[in-house]
Amino acid sequence: MTVKLKVNGTVHEVDADPATPLLYVLREDLELNAAKYGCGLGQCGSCMVLVDGEATLSCVVPILALAEREITTLESLGTQDDPAPIQSAFIELQAAQCGYCIPGMMMSAQALLQRNAAPSDQEIRDALRTNLCRCGTHMRILAAIRRAGEMMSAQAPANRRAG
Amino acid sequence: MRIRFLALIAVALAGAAGAFALVWRPAMPAQAEAQSFDPALIAKGRELAAVGNCIACHTVPGGEAFAGGLAIPTPFGTIHSTNITPDRETGIGVWSLAAFTRSMREGVDRAGNHLYPAFPYDHYRLVSHADNEALYAYLMTRTPVRQDALPNDLVFPLGFRPLIAGWKLLFLEPAGFMPDPAKSDEWNRGAYLAEGLGHCGGCHTPRNGLGAQIADQHFDGGEAEGWHAYAINANSPAPIPWDRDALAFYLRHGWHEVHGVSRGPMAEVTGNLGGLPDSDIEAIAVYVADVMGEPSPERRQQAERLREEVGGPERTGGDADTLAVPPDVAGMPGAALYAAACATCHESGRPLPYGGLDFRLSTAVNADNPQNIVTVTLFGLPPADGEASSVMPGFAGALDDRQVADVLAYMRARFSSGTAWPDVAEMTRRTRSGEHKVVVRPSDGIERAPLNVGVEVGP
Repeated sequence: MTVKLKVNGTVHEVDADPATPLLYVLREDLELNAAKYGCGLGQCGSCMVLVDGEATLSCVVPILALAEREITTLESLGTQDDPAPIQSAFIELQAAQCGYCIPGMMMSAQALLQRNAAPSDQEIRDALRTNLCRCGTHMRILAAIRRAGEMMSAQAPANRRAG
Repeated sequence: MRIRFLALIAVALAGAAGAFALVWRPAMPAQAEAQSFDPALIAKGRELAAVGNCIACHTVPGGEAFAGGLAIPTPFGTIHSTNITPDRETGIGVWSLAAFTRSMREGVDRAGNHLYPAFPYDHYRLVSHADNEALYAYLMTRTPVRQDALPNDLVFPLGFRPLIAGWKLLFLEPAGFMPDPAKSDEWNRGAYLAEGLGHCGGCHTPRNGLGAQIADQHFDGGEAEGWHAYAINANSPAPIPWDRDALAFYLRHGWHEVHGVSRGPMAEVTGNLGGLPDSDIEAIAVYVADVMGEPSPERRQQAERLREEVGGPERTGGDADTLAVPPDVAGMPGAALYAAACATCHESGRPLPYGGLDFRLSTAVNADNPQNIVTVTLFGLPPADGEASSVMPGFAGALDDRQVADVLAYMRARFSSGTAWPDVAEMTRRTRSGEHKVVVRPSDGIERAPLNVGVEVGP
């Protein structure tokens, strides 16, 4: 069965069971591999994407729930040559170790910063409550998100990257 | 004529004197500084404060413990909890033990003002003098926090505190716990804790139009911070009836294999009870199980069937496709959503508290009021900070109101024999928007200020 999905601004027709979790379609059909498969139970956050700007766990959301919705993955935020603030900040502060959780961390942070570019540490911790990291880079992740918020505030008038 | 006039004046004066006697309470003298307390008494007070769940109302999420200021929505407007740290100016630092005891038993502050019954003195009146002494010792040895109480925002004319005296005249029973000599000591201990400091009825008993608990509907189900507090009497909607052992396990651990995990305000209650001795937990369980009563033979049979079904081979399949679902239910619009979003955890066969509950056992799915399952579907179960806990992702970002209603309609049809819930989409809209205020917190313990991960709304 064909399902229409709007991912990163482009409408894709995907031939899949409507009950398929979004993550599988992103990775296997659309070859967007930033979102990771971690637990498959919506508990680790490595599969995080944005749906209409809200951080959403793609491993537990079936594609049939997402018709007409704006799905945003990390790939659309920036490129290697022209990284988005959240990506630049993670690079600048070297906030990744193994890196597996980082795309999910970035997407949770992106959803937060789009609402509030100057969050308190408590607000960052709350927003990333369900993003797990086993390497222990949490303090650098917090710093990177604060830095990304500053960068986003600085470039806000141009509104360069509306997620 | 003249005599009649004098008589009228006399009656009016007597009336005024009566009203004055009813309403007026004296201020109590300020307590001198530098009290010291026996550490054993403080430790006992800590346990009792956990039973009373004092921290839940007297702490703003993320703020200083016991410093007050939490906005408590009531049908009569918003009440802000007060600072019960021993700060001498903004807290209860100048309260004597006598003033503290009077507040617990009569709902009057040190200065003589009547307190609103959001402070559950209709229960705390049962607390013994010895226990009040321990609670006092515990609270007076907390860190003082300077934080003024916020003004309440109540509908006219309830801002006028002397009216509370009238409420007390109607609804407040005399202080002191009267044991039932026909029952065991354990039962009486449980009744003392559950009806007194534990104030179970504060949430689990419905209230009348004046906000007082309806005496003849004891434990028949009520509301707490936007959650439905299930009936915990003979009308309990649990698919498998509670018994003493299940209650004790649940109160001790915050979950039970055939009932699920505690959540919402109850998660704080079970989190706090963690510090209590087993004997007190057992006593509460004995008392509440007795209030629930023996299930009818029919209900017991149903429960036995359900136990076999749930423990049977159907459960071990771990795949939604292997379960027998009637075709009319399988064809419902929520079926595919359920299979992808819910079944991965809830049919995984992974044991509680980390796996999802089999919905055939779910009180939320079997209750007539769907508020709690709407809330959990939207906001999930937030993990506790720094300790292992159950966790469920919220689906507010992924599912719209119609989709939530569809998936819940499917679950109701498939896992409950109850009739379909009306207007779930509208309830979902109101819960999502904050029009219906609901507080969703992790199940942290007593010293940690809880966070609300539900929708943030103004006071």
